[in-house]
Amino acid sequence: MTRMVFSGFGGQGVLVLGEIVATIAMHKGKEVTWMPSYGPEMRGGTANCSVIVADTAIGSPIVQSDIDILCAMNGASVDKFLPRVKPGGLVLVNSTIVTQKVDRDDVEVLEINATDIAGQVGNLRVANMVMLAGFLKKTDLFTLDDITTVLKQRFAGARSQDLIPLNIRAIEIGMGE
Amino acid sequence: MKVLMKGNEAISEAAIQAGCTAFFGYPITPQNEIPEYMSAKMEKAGGVFIQAESEVGAINMVYGAAAAGVRTMTTSSSPGIALKQEGISYLCGANLPCVIANVARCGPGLGGILPGQSDYFQATRGGGNGDYYTPVYAPATVQEAWDMVFESFDIADKYRTPVQILLDGMLGQMMEPVEMKVHPRLNIDKPWATNGNADKRPRNTITSLSLFGEVLEAMNLQRFKVYEEIEKNETAVENTVKEGDTVAIVAYGAPSRIVRNAIDELRAEGINAALIRPITLWPYPYDTFQDLPKSVKHILVAELSMGQMVEDVRLGVNGKYPVHFYGRTGGVVFEPGEIANKVREIMGKPAKPLASGQKQMTDSNLKGGI
Repeated sequence: MTRMVFSGFGGQGVLVLGEIVATIAMHKGKEVTWMPSYGPEMRGGTANCSVIVADTAIGSPIVQSDIDILCAMNGASVDKFLPRVKPGGLVLVNSTIVTQKVDRDDVEVLEINATDIAGQVGNLRVANMVMLAGFLKKTDLFTLDDITTVLKQRFAGARSQDLIPLNIRAIEIGMGE
Repeated sequence: MKVLMKGNEAISEAAIQAGCTAFFGYPITPQNEIPEYMSAKMEKAGGVFIQAESEVGAINMVYGAAAAGVRTMTTSSSPGIALKQEGISYLCGANLPCVIANVARCGPGLGGILPGQSDYFQATRGGGNGDYYTPVYAPATVQEAWDMVFESFDIADKYRTPVQILLDGMLGQMMEPVEMKVHPRLNIDKPWATNGNADKRPRNTITSLSLFGEVLEAMNLQRFKVYEEIEKNETAVENTVKEGDTVAIVAYGAPSRIVRNAIDELRAEGINAALIRPITLWPYPYDTFQDLPKSVKHILVAELSMGQMVEDVRLGVNGKYPVHFYGRTGGVVFEPGEIANKVREIMGKPAKPLASGQKQMTDSNLKGGI
């Protein structure tokens, strides 16, 4: 079982990011749950979602502790969730926004310059997708092809077709870092 | 192929697939995805979507559509469902089939938008005026929510009654893979419907009004004969208690999933706890509590309320076992460790620290609920 939290400012796309990871895992035949924090939140506020991927039926969909993978898009997310990551867990940090030191030596930390890279490809909104590079580098949950398949489904409307190569390029730059 | 869906989306699409052609709603968190989905899809499916002027408007539109013989639904969340109670009472009085989903939040009053289970009494004890019940289904997974929508429309038509689906914000908002199986629907004639007949049959009248005592009483007695049939045929429960288990934990809906985690934790340390999950809240599976294995010593009820279902469990248990209670309210959701600690307390074992940092409720906090 892999217990994940995706967290950041509202508007950074953490809910969509978690949904994409959950969708990929579902296509791979896994049991999955996706649970948003759906309190009174807004753009610029905080948002997070819990994603669980497992081989057997999932009980509680809420991940508040024993986090295997934390994907933190802003500093507040690091403050809130870092203490709840399991020893040996993985912490993916958007280092463009997160300025503080990730202060734990019993977890693996990967810094990804996500917002900067998104700026490089010309669309700040793909910063969330850049974080997927961390999954590709540090886990065997899915491949770049899996991501492409899900993006093709998501952007099935003709109007947004050009977003697929944009997203993939952002992820590839993230992997090259 | 499975599709990742929110509970709210599953309920919406399942309703369309089950032949619902008239949806009337009004916005309220955490059920907003349902009217949103219906506004996008219902018309394309050949049905009617109306965002009513209020919850009261919506339930009375349901009354009209049901009287015309079509499959119809409204959804809301706790305070909105409270507003619909007059309409639900009238629907019951007029024997009209419909489906009402309550994506419950915490209360009372406007309360908050976070999950709650404190509408149990409202759902299972009538809720409006007069003698009536409605069947109440309580899904625990998004797949179950999908499947129950089909069943609810069938049960509504079969027994000519409103049916409620009671979930909470957690299940409404969470996503899980759904096998979008279209279950065959019960096709039943509705010779009572006021659907226009060009004088080919005597006029049908749909009303809950009767000013003659004996006539109204006969209608009530007949309705309770139907309730007896529903109790006999439709009571549903998932009972995982086996010989050797000492603690039965009773929970329903999405919170029952949290209890499953607690049970795993307890069993790993040698405390044999098991889950009883009522699937229908009315009719309630009272008999389950009379047929438990001899090894059972304690019953614990866990719900996101001050202990409303405890009353039904007590009725089922009928003094046979001590009944304990653990609950959270106000939108606070218990974590598995809280339930496990409550069981440890019952078994005389020391508590463990809670992973989330939440505060364990004590019996003195919850006094009145037990």
